Amino acid sequence: MESPALDVDNLSVEFRTRSGVVRALENVSFSVAKGETLAIVGESGSGKSVTAYAVMGILDPAGRVSAGSAMLGGLDLLKASADQLDNVRGREIGMIFQNPRTALNPIRPIGRQIADVLIRHGNIPRSEAPERAIDLIRSVGITDPKRRAKAYPFELSGGMCQRVMIAIALAARPTLLIADEPTTGLDVTTQAVIMDLIGDLASEIGMATIFITHDLALAAQRAARIVVMHAGHVIENAPTRELFEQPRHPYTKMLIAATPDRVANLDELISIPGALPDLRRQNLPPCRYSERCTRKLMDCDQPLPHVINGSAHGVACRNPLS
Amino acid sequence: MTALLDIAELSKRFPIGTATGPLGRLRKRFKGGPDHLPHVFAVDDVNFTIQKGETVGLVGESGCGKSTLVRVLTRLLDPTEGSVKLGARELSLMSAARFARDPDRARIQMVFQDAGESINPRFTAFEAIADPLRRLKKLRGDALKAKVEQAATRCGLPLELLSRFPHQLSGGQRARVGIARAVGVEPELLVLDEPTAALDVSVQVVILQLLQRLKVELGMSYVFVSHDLSVVRLLCDRVLVMYLGKIVEAGPAREVFDNPLHPYTKALVSAVPSIETRGVAKLRLQGEPRSPIDPDPNVCRFYGRCQVGVDACKTSMPPLRKVGTDREVACHFAQASA
Repeated sequence: MESPALDVDNLSVEFRTRSGVVRALENVSFSVAKGETLAIVGESGSGKSVTAYAVMGILDPAGRVSAGSAMLGGLDLLKASADQLDNVRGREIGMIFQNPRTALNPIRPIGRQIADVLIRHGNIPRSEAPERAIDLIRSVGITDPKRRAKAYPFELSGGMCQRVMIAIALAARPTLLIADEPTTGLDVTTQAVIMDLIGDLASEIGMATIFITHDLALAAQRAARIVVMHAGHVIENAPTRELFEQPRHPYTKMLIAATPDRVANLDELISIPGALPDLRRQNLPPCRYSERCTRKLMDCDQPLPHVINGSAHGVACRNPLS
Repeated sequence: MTALLDIAELSKRFPIGTATGPLGRLRKRFKGGPDHLPHVFAVDDVNFTIQKGETVGLVGESGCGKSTLVRVLTRLLDPTEGSVKLGARELSLMSAARFARDPDRARIQMVFQDAGESINPRFTAFEAIADPLRRLKKLRGDALKAKVEQAATRCGLPLELLSRFPHQLSGGQRARVGIARAVGVEPELLVLDEPTAALDVSVQVVILQLLQRLKVELGMSYVFVSHDLSVVRLLCDRVLVMYLGKIVEAGPAREVFDNPLHPYTKALVSAVPSIETRGVAKLRLQGEPRSPIDPDPNVCRFYGRCQVGVDACKTSMPPLRKVGTDREVACHFAQASA
């Protein structure tokens, strides 16, 4: 089997806060193959973004990777030096952030911002960078790229800013793209166009994509494989079709039942009882869903069988649905 | 039967730039007065009615004028032209500031988008819910307390949370406070501006079911503004689709989503991600919308992004016309299909 583009194994992250240590991620494992699109879904607070930030080495100073590895080619990103990471970020891994308006530099024209990445990572002479930046602006479907290159982020719509972010992320033709909620806050019509664009460019340069979202329907439509997270655990990892047809974790099943997509009537939607546990607690049960779960057994107090890499349909549950 | 709310020929235009100050004086001298200021046509000649007990969905992309329209019809903004009739009473002639102290203020209430942002952070949940009751119903003391507790209970908010501040509440609880505050004064029309946009799916379900129950219990009518078409489809009886200040399609929610007639609605419906439609070829909107600043009244607002877009579309604006029994569409080419 070909080596995966990114292989995250047993990643744990803690945040030190005044009110105690938040165990934000525990034994998170997943891998994404070259050219594959993987979606990470979960509710807010489930650890989706923290996973991406840990892999990129851009965790908040209060956060600390306490265990695990994230292999990109032969390099463990979690142990890499600052210099090594500088050469990986932007060149090997591109990232698209949730809010393009705050992620872009507000006082620099967008053409210059794209050129900066090309000069740093693109192996092209400085003098050619502005020209190439305009090509990239054209390739993400912005009309009149010459004029737009001189525009500042505030002069562009949200959808346009997101296109610029995509151009920046893909400028150096990375092998892996991490998109953290790339279309949250955009209109559905714009969302569809942006997701098409990411998909087309990814298949054009054979790039692996990790796509983080809270929208199950969007993940279903765009990803080949879905990782479901709950309270810092990966609780299920399965091919998209299988996940929807035969969810094995009770939480996944509830999440699908709460999505207002397939039902004909509001009463058919089912809410998930309870809330995410407080991750600062000392007495967190091994399965962080067990306090909300209707299928809880005595066994559930035993250590949780974490989802590991390599299985076709992984589930972190002692009493999974069959 | 008279409608609960009757909106007729309603327009709201915002001038760009200023008519006063040195810049305004210069403009006046060279261009001839404030009449020549360019205007944003946020809401342009909109007509519709809301019946008692009806839930009307309002959808469209950001910048299409949804929020301006609801702010005009809740009388937080003054319309430029047109009428807003609540029952038999004409509200558009009164200024928004005066309407705030009017007894009819209690009849139209609003639930804002992000309850975390729209509740005064220095108010406890109790104060937030009590404020409109004090101002509009003149309740004090025990009567006030009883009414606040009734509203909280109705909205599924545990009474022990009433002493908490917004930052001490979860997203779902804050949403409940926002709803309790609006329904406390027992309005006839409740306007909900994306009430679940900030919530996770699991909480969203609970809030939507709560809204559905309250509507029946209190006999309210809803105007439900949302981006999320799958939610609108479930909650609304009728839907209005807006594009650049105009209503381009109206009709029963299920019919509009199952069989959209306007090309914009078609693109909108086709863009909604669904678990079922993986890999189906989709209709995509290309380009950016036309400018809402002084739009040419003889060009269809959707021209340029429309798949059809023939010459007739740039010489005459299609009016909203009846198609079939209960649907309306503003397109030259839309036809009722069998």
